[in-house]
Amino acid sequence: MSERINSAWSPSSREIQRRGERKRISRRQAAIAAVSTTVVLGTLLIILVTSPGWEIVKNTFFDIDYGREVFPTVIAGLWINLQLTFIGGAAIGVIALGLALLRTTKSPALTPFRFLATAYVDIFRGAPLILIILLVGFGVPALQLKGISSNVIFLGTVAVVLTYSAYVAEVIRSGILSIHPSQRAAARSLGLTSGQTMRYVVLPQAIRRVVPPLLNDFVSLLKDTGLVSILGVTDAVRAAQINASRTFNYTPYVVAAVLFLLITIPMTRYTDRAIRQRTNAQSSEGAI
Amino acid sequence: MANVLELSKIRKSFGTELVLNDLSLSVPEHTATVLIGASGSGKSTLLRCINLLESIDDGQIFLDGEEISDPLINVDEVRRKLGMVFQSFNLFPHKTVLENITLAPIKVQGKSKEEAITATLALLKRFDLADKADQYPDRLSGGQQQRVAIIRSLALNPRLLLLDEITSALDPVLVNEVLSIVRDLKSDGMTMVLATHEMGFATQVADEVCFLESGNILERGSAQDVLHAPKNPKTQEFLKRVHQAGRL
Repeated sequence: MSERINSAWSPSSREIQRRGERKRISRRQAAIAAVSTTVVLGTLLIILVTSPGWEIVKNTFFDIDYGREVFPTVIAGLWINLQLTFIGGAAIGVIALGLALLRTTKSPALTPFRFLATAYVDIFRGAPLILIILLVGFGVPALQLKGISSNVIFLGTVAVVLTYSAYVAEVIRSGILSIHPSQRAAARSLGLTSGQTMRYVVLPQAIRRVVPPLLNDFVSLLKDTGLVSILGVTDAVRAAQINASRTFNYTPYVVAAVLFLLITIPMTRYTDRAIRQRTNAQSSEGAI
Repeated sequence: MANVLELSKIRKSFGTELVLNDLSLSVPEHTATVLIGASGSGKSTLLRCINLLESIDDGQIFLDGEEISDPLINVDEVRRKLGMVFQSFNLFPHKTVLENITLAPIKVQGKSKEEAITATLALLKRFDLADKADQYPDRLSGGQQQRVAIIRSLALNPRLLLLDEITSALDPVLVNEVLSIVRDLKSDGMTMVLATHEMGFATQVADEVCFLESGNILERGSAQDVLHAPKNPKTQEFLKRVHQAGRL
């Protein structure tokens, strides 16, 4: 037990002197940082605005009035991206968890499903997302199956879910495998079955451990929903494209990019913080 | 007195390395059997084999007369009757002390939550850990964690307690608080098999001391005989080294 801080303590003259020195050092460092930032960013800005094509670029990519005009249609498209992200994200979570559990099970009855899960992950993790979107988007309607919607938003979501559930399954599986075998031994020695051990001991720890990489995948998912535009879904990317090709002014693309960034930058900042906290927690877990 | 545990000619190898070689051992009810020997002599492997965490290559293991080395046995049911405590505690870091201890009584024995909590709080109180019930393991000292691990295995009222070098990861000051629990259990009549390097403690609790060397018991007998008047030269050599390390 550490002792309580003595309230009667007042800093020694040496400590007061040290504090003054520390303050001087940090003031000097702030000044250096400010000068360096101004020089570097200033130089980049000068290179940009003095480039021969700057006037044309300014008019075709940064036309504020046109940007304002197309803003409502782009943001309506972004709403599609967000819906796709959240609905798809929920489906991805469920499917990925199932795949990860199947791939780590040793139950003999589930052997064929384990093979199927492995094949599934190999295929959808290995093929480019854009190809899966094209194959599902144009291939499934061609089958003319009854009861299967040929709605492009639905098919686009299916394609994204197929690919991302393979990615996420691998992340969850790596989390499961990262739990030390001694945890399993402790649980089994208490008489818990392998299923109970997975559910109450391994999985809760594994999921906690992979939350930061999962948040990363979530950010990627939001960006990659833009790819369903190739099926003709009027999402933010497609809405920007329509407006851009109408006027040959590319400002709508910049508007769409900025809107995506407004969502993804806070999300990545949050993810970075979660990873930092996770790392700190793990270092204090060292005794276990 | 009936034997709780009976090992007959146990053989176990990892790859080409023979870890247990024709090892036989009987553990009567209410007795403590202490396994001593250098690292790698097979103490931990023996305990893990008894708990069916490792499968054996040959021989038989009987628990209360029932052969538990039968492949058709329900291992989960066997393990319910055996408590095991590990060198590295192995508490579940995502669960509080109370949850760590009540998990098995609730999920394995089917006790109600209230019943399990009442029983656990009584155990925690008995071992001076009542105020830690809602703490997470990483908030506890090593000695406290190991005491919780012991209580966790006691919560199932095991027939036999297996203790695998439970003080090896603790600093000397914390060792005693853990060993005093084991002394309490011994005087309660708990049947135990324990691997340890604490020879003083072995003298206090052991009904039988077994010296293991390359997978077999070279010398066995009372603590007085084996620890203080060993006959086998290898036992003498081992105890001399323990002496030099200041652990007796």
